[in-house]
Amino acid sequence: MHKFLIRSFVSSLVLLFTLTVAAVAKDVKAAFVYIGPTGDHGWTYQHDVGRKAVEAAGFKTTYVEGVPESADAERVLRQLANSGHDIIFTTSFGYMNPTNKVAKEFPNVKFEHATGYKREHPNVATYAARFYEGRTILGTIAGTMTKSNVIGYVASFPIPEVIRGINSFTLAAQKVNPNIKTKIVWAFTWYDPGKEAEAAKALIDQGADVIAQHTDSTAIVQMAEKAGVYAFGQASDMDKFAPKAVLTSVENNWGPYYVDRVKAVANGTWSQKDTWHGIGDGMVVISGLDSQMPSDLQAKVKKLQADLASGKVHSFTGPIYDQKGNLMVAEGKTADDGMLAGMMTYVKGVEGDIPK
Amino acid sequence: MIIDINFVGLIIASIMASAVPLILASCGELITERSGVLNLGVEGMMIIGAISGFALMTITGSLIIAVFGAMLAGVLISTIFAFLTQTLITNHVATGLALTIFGIGISAMIGKNFVGIPGKEFPVLFEGLKDTIPLLSPILFGHSIVFYFAFALPFITSYFLKKTKIGLIVRAVGDSPESASNQGINVRLVRYACILYGGAMCGLAGAYLSMIYTPQWIENMTGGRGWIALALVVFSTWNPIKILIGALIFGGLTIIQFHMQAIGVRIPVQFLTALPYIVTIIVLVVISRDSRKIRLSTPSSLGKSFHKDN
Repeated sequence: MHKFLIRSFVSSLVLLFTLTVAAVAKDVKAAFVYIGPTGDHGWTYQHDVGRKAVEAAGFKTTYVEGVPESADAERVLRQLANSGHDIIFTTSFGYMNPTNKVAKEFPNVKFEHATGYKREHPNVATYAARFYEGRTILGTIAGTMTKSNVIGYVASFPIPEVIRGINSFTLAAQKVNPNIKTKIVWAFTWYDPGKEAEAAKALIDQGADVIAQHTDSTAIVQMAEKAGVYAFGQASDMDKFAPKAVLTSVENNWGPYYVDRVKAVANGTWSQKDTWHGIGDGMVVISGLDSQMPSDLQAKVKKLQADLASGKVHSFTGPIYDQKGNLMVAEGKTADDGMLAGMMTYVKGVEGDIPK
Repeated sequence: MIIDINFVGLIIASIMASAVPLILASCGELITERSGVLNLGVEGMMIIGAISGFALMTITGSLIIAVFGAMLAGVLISTIFAFLTQTLITNHVATGLALTIFGIGISAMIGKNFVGIPGKEFPVLFEGLKDTIPLLSPILFGHSIVFYFAFALPFITSYFLKKTKIGLIVRAVGDSPESASNQGINVRLVRYACILYGGAMCGLAGAYLSMIYTPQWIENMTGGRGWIALALVVFSTWNPIKILIGALIFGGLTIIQFHMQAIGVRIPVQFLTALPYIVTIIVLVVISRDSRKIRLSTPSSLGKSFHKDN
């Protein structure tokens, strides 16, 4: 009698287990790991907008926010992989090694790492956005709209992503207005409204009448609004925070990619790849153009946007010189992705040195 | 380079504006500490004030309700601290740290629905006089009421502690709660009041950030200013006027280093960024090195729990 009970108990457990596994295999579950809070209205916020798109497409999602880029990340990833998630998006550069390490332990789980370059296992893919294309557009607008010929730029940390943005912005601005100067201030933060506002104020007090930013909060556009100068939104459409100051915004649009990849898992068509999408694929989106921009500039921007999308125009087209006058990209050539990914020198026309 | 005198005025005005939250929070914490209570929850109370002010402004549309609501929120959260440390006699340091962690967490939770909403414009006073006097106009005119209050507060606090009877009682409680208690002073009541006052000022400091300085809500927006305010109290040797000096130096160097970067001064940026912290500490240590005065103004029972016998 005892044995029978145990046997039936065990067999029902096995049955239950198979049922659960079957259920998991049917509904794809996606997980997202965030570096910051979803309430930052910047980088993480935009990834979470992407997650919601996945949810809207009918998939279950989970997210963990504020995960440090340390051993904690591995722990979180293992936990997510263990709890029946089929695809895990790790949305910060510093998750690169933890992602590859945990991916080795869970060959059946797909891992997608944002902004990294290591794909050590067949179940790791990487993806990033060509934000520098957006900055080419901003530079064109800034160079045209400035009257003082001084453009302020609030930067975060000296990494290739930020340097590439400064370069692409300055090259575009110089192209329409050779007299401009780009003044750069390093805030050494991604996200501190008070500090960002102070940095912007310093640039405005020094004569900048257009402010660009590579930090996340809306404090800079609000400061520009107060001071009566122009600015651009970062990561999301910031127009409502500063309707007069914001000429346009560059939005990070992860949703379509996320939905694609989760669907690929559901269809069994997922495979490893490296994705670097720009305006053309809709990962970088230019918000509506402000009516204060003259109509010929608006037309020019729309054309540039279309040309960047089609590949007719590249943000880094030679001849490009560095600050010392050395040739970086020869005439008629464009910078290759390897050069872009490791870009750590200013182009000619940017003032100052990159902090070491 | 020609230095425009109005340009200097503008810089001084932005320095003063950046010092406001530090002055408010430090002067509040100073009263708490002078009564012998060490509340490390300044950052937590500030962030609670920031979200409460912003949320109330968005919901009610009234700036007055929002500002007072933020102060009340600071009072409420510091009541938890007061109850734990004064009634249940818990450890000040641990409770204060818990308060900060609690404040950051709960503000993020409440704040979820307020991300991405622009703030309202906060009215400024004397805007019409903004262009009347060179140099001084941008400094004196066109600021919010909280700005003027913050710059009066160190003097009010100093007067309160030195010249009023209640100020004397607060100091007595902080220096020797036993003697104060023997004199018939209700030590617990005085400390409760001082903690709650500190909470109100930290709440106001937070509201200044989310409603006036950078009108928006995002998580963790106080960005460690609560810890700087705490440090200012110690390095100023519990002197409100020195708090004012310290806050201005700190705010000043933060802004001047941005200007130096923009001008293109060839000093490593990392050094410039660290400058405010280093110089503020050095200056305050130097102006406060009179050890007799430090002994006089340091609350001797700071951070120690007081058990009443009966």
